[in-house]
Amino acid sequence: MDKRLERILPRVQKPARYVGGEYNAVMKDKAQVELRFAFCFPDTYEIGMSNLGYRILYGALNEMPGVWCERAFAPWTDMEAEMRAAGLPLYALESGDPVGEFDIIGFSVGYEMAYTAMLNMLDLAGLPLRGEDRTALTPLVIAGGTAMYNAEPVADFIDMALIGEGEELLPEVVALCRRAKAEGWDKPRLLRAAAQIQGVYVPSLYDVDYKEDGTVRAITARDGAPERVVKRVVHHMDRAYYPAKTIVPSTEIVHDRVTLEVFRGCIRGCRFCQAGYVYRPVRCRSREQLAQYGQEAIADSGYQEMTLSSLSTSDYPELVGLCDDLEEMCRQKHVNLSLPSLRADNFSMELMGRLQRGRKAGLTFAPEAGTQRLRDAINKNLTEEDLTESLKTAFSGGWSAVKLYFMLGLPTETDEDVLGIAEMASHAVHTWREHASNKNRGLRITVSTSWFVPKPFTAFQWEAQISRSEYERRVKLLREAITAKAVTYNWHDGDTSFLEAVLARGDRRLGRVLERAYRKGAKLDAWSDCFDLNRWLEAFAECGLDPAFYANRERTREEILPWSMISCYVSDDYLWRQRELAYQSVTTPDCRTQCSGCGANSVEGGECYHG
Amino acid sequence: MAKLRLLFVKEDRAAYISHLDLLRTFQRAFLRLGLVLRHSQGFHPHPIISFALPLPVGQCSDCEILDFETVEDLDAAALPAELNPFLPQGIRVRACYAPAWPVRDLARLSCRVAFLYDRGVPENGAAEIQALLTGPSLVIQKRTKRKSMADVDIRPMLHDLTVTGEPGLLRLDVVVSAQNPGLNPALLGQAVGTYLPALSPDFVTVRRLELLDESGGCFR
Repeated sequence: MDKRLERILPRVQKPARYVGGEYNAVMKDKAQVELRFAFCFPDTYEIGMSNLGYRILYGALNEMPGVWCERAFAPWTDMEAEMRAAGLPLYALESGDPVGEFDIIGFSVGYEMAYTAMLNMLDLAGLPLRGEDRTALTPLVIAGGTAMYNAEPVADFIDMALIGEGEELLPEVVALCRRAKAEGWDKPRLLRAAAQIQGVYVPSLYDVDYKEDGTVRAITARDGAPERVVKRVVHHMDRAYYPAKTIVPSTEIVHDRVTLEVFRGCIRGCRFCQAGYVYRPVRCRSREQLAQYGQEAIADSGYQEMTLSSLSTSDYPELVGLCDDLEEMCRQKHVNLSLPSLRADNFSMELMGRLQRGRKAGLTFAPEAGTQRLRDAINKNLTEEDLTESLKTAFSGGWSAVKLYFMLGLPTETDEDVLGIAEMASHAVHTWREHASNKNRGLRITVSTSWFVPKPFTAFQWEAQISRSEYERRVKLLREAITAKAVTYNWHDGDTSFLEAVLARGDRRLGRVLERAYRKGAKLDAWSDCFDLNRWLEAFAECGLDPAFYANRERTREEILPWSMISCYVSDDYLWRQRELAYQSVTTPDCRTQCSGCGANSVEGGECYHG
Repeated sequence: MAKLRLLFVKEDRAAYISHLDLLRTFQRAFLRLGLVLRHSQGFHPHPIISFALPLPVGQCSDCEILDFETVEDLDAAALPAELNPFLPQGIRVRACYAPAWPVRDLARLSCRVAFLYDRGVPENGAAEIQALLTGPSLVIQKRTKRKSMADVDIRPMLHDLTVTGEPGLLRLDVVVSAQNPGLNPALLGQAVGTYLPALSPDFVTVRRLELLDESGGCFR
């Protein structure tokens, strides 16, 4: 171990997250390795190691002979200060070697608030932040993940963005880099060649012109780069890599359990949900394979907790059968099987009741909006009757703590919709009074609201985020309307949601703002104790840009959106139609009931999989 | 059913695994091996598994002890080789056996402490430190369980000490009390810092070498 690191570790919180050496961490002989990949997660170890996508790609890359993928995470502030003081650069956990010496530095970016952590990690690695200042072939800086569907705010810093699912795409890019390295290509040649791979977006090959009013005039692809970069998807989940053998951290992480991904995509089509649109089409793993992976992963890891994961697990066609398959193994090995992302319908509640043994943890439902009209507008196909029925089952089954999640500021929201949230909460109290099996335990209902952030590639990508003062007025309205003692109301911090709205639909001019905010100390913005909006407001002012232009401005259908060189198959025409339907409060049936022609079926050149 | 004891090494990267995390690590390793631990009877059953003397985070040891009970009998001698592939780097089981001594008989620890000096060991350092630490008393400030500071004489918990000079460091071979109360050998660095500030080491490392009983015999 590095002597400098040894001196630092006794002084930092949770040192185990900075040393590696966990069970199943992949060690390779450097002499046998031709390409070294530093897989960077721009958040802490506990968050990054909880990410299934990160684990999948770590496993898939290390299956490649001659390639060694290692991990690096954002150090917490105490560790960062110690590293800088000791002159210790960002290092990879497996070998301890400096990240700056790797061939490829890949970031997994799921969330806009992680952008400054990316910059901080590049800086800690001793690299220039801007791609144009890194002239050598290596290290190449690439990024993927959901946030990269609009990579424009970080376009200046990354050499390429990988759009869509990485299982096949990332190994192709890695193979190309290996060839480039072996044949001594220069960086421009590699970037031009990479742009020919479907799913690779090379920002430096696109020129963006702006109009006087700050909107995009034109986006021009150069050097043979495609006009539209089309996302990559894994076609057959049963052939996709699953990390049944995966790292088991030696210290506790956020999701410290086996995660079985039952399907990708979502049939529901909630109009605010970016994941629901960009992960289309729905692709299921077979029940047999899932049962087998579940067994293998439990046996290999020694975990006693397993969770089924997807965007809406109740929609897995063979959910009951799969639970049957897993139940016996779970009973024998004392494994607790949990099902998050369940819909508030009776089928799901019965299933939960069956799996839940002993302690009854809290239940969480996400009605998202307070009235049927608004739920219809956002296409959240959940009725108050569904919720009431589920609560009846829950309360009579012994549950006594329920969390309800909503958004404030959804398009078309009125005060009636806001007050509807309070009403739903008091209905829940009423349902408990009538149906609770044991009233002595008391009731705890938690209502949480977030501030709606319009995201690219959703039906609401053209919407304005409501203003700060309006958001605060609605919070106050709701706070005063919630009177029941059993109901606690939590609302989301406005600063974060505002900046998220700015960055989510930002263009590349934000690169300068990002760099300035970073220099002012922004580096772990996803953590409220580290985040300070003032740094950002100052940075915006210094760059002569207005954050409200990005967050609070409604776009027209004609406007060229900054991310329009990217395609997730779902067409803008479809999204616009969905937006119009939202304003009429007309719902769209789920994909399994009826195809509404979003465009995702062109993935296979034919029909969607309905699974 | 079997009551067993593991003797294991904890070093290198594993030195930073905390006590609670180490417990989880071993539970999982046993499950990977397919070995079923006996559980307590009660409303919240938990596996019967415990460490003799928690090792401070960051210190290494050749002689950690873990007691556990299994549902079925097993070949204890074969267990180390079977279990080791399932443990993280830096943890290695040396032996598994039915414990002959109860943990309360574990009285002393033989440790190697290194005082590191980045600018070389100060002259006469070994002799001065030897004299300080073997004097009649050695009172230091120690955080109590109630989080306040208290003066504690650690001299009665220090049973044997030899200081040897090596390039860049002083090696202290010590025998300290293990429990009731025990002495964390890292505190010797603090004692030197208090009484001989010129000899205050830049860094202190500790490695437990051997477990001893009251009479200085090897504890197993």
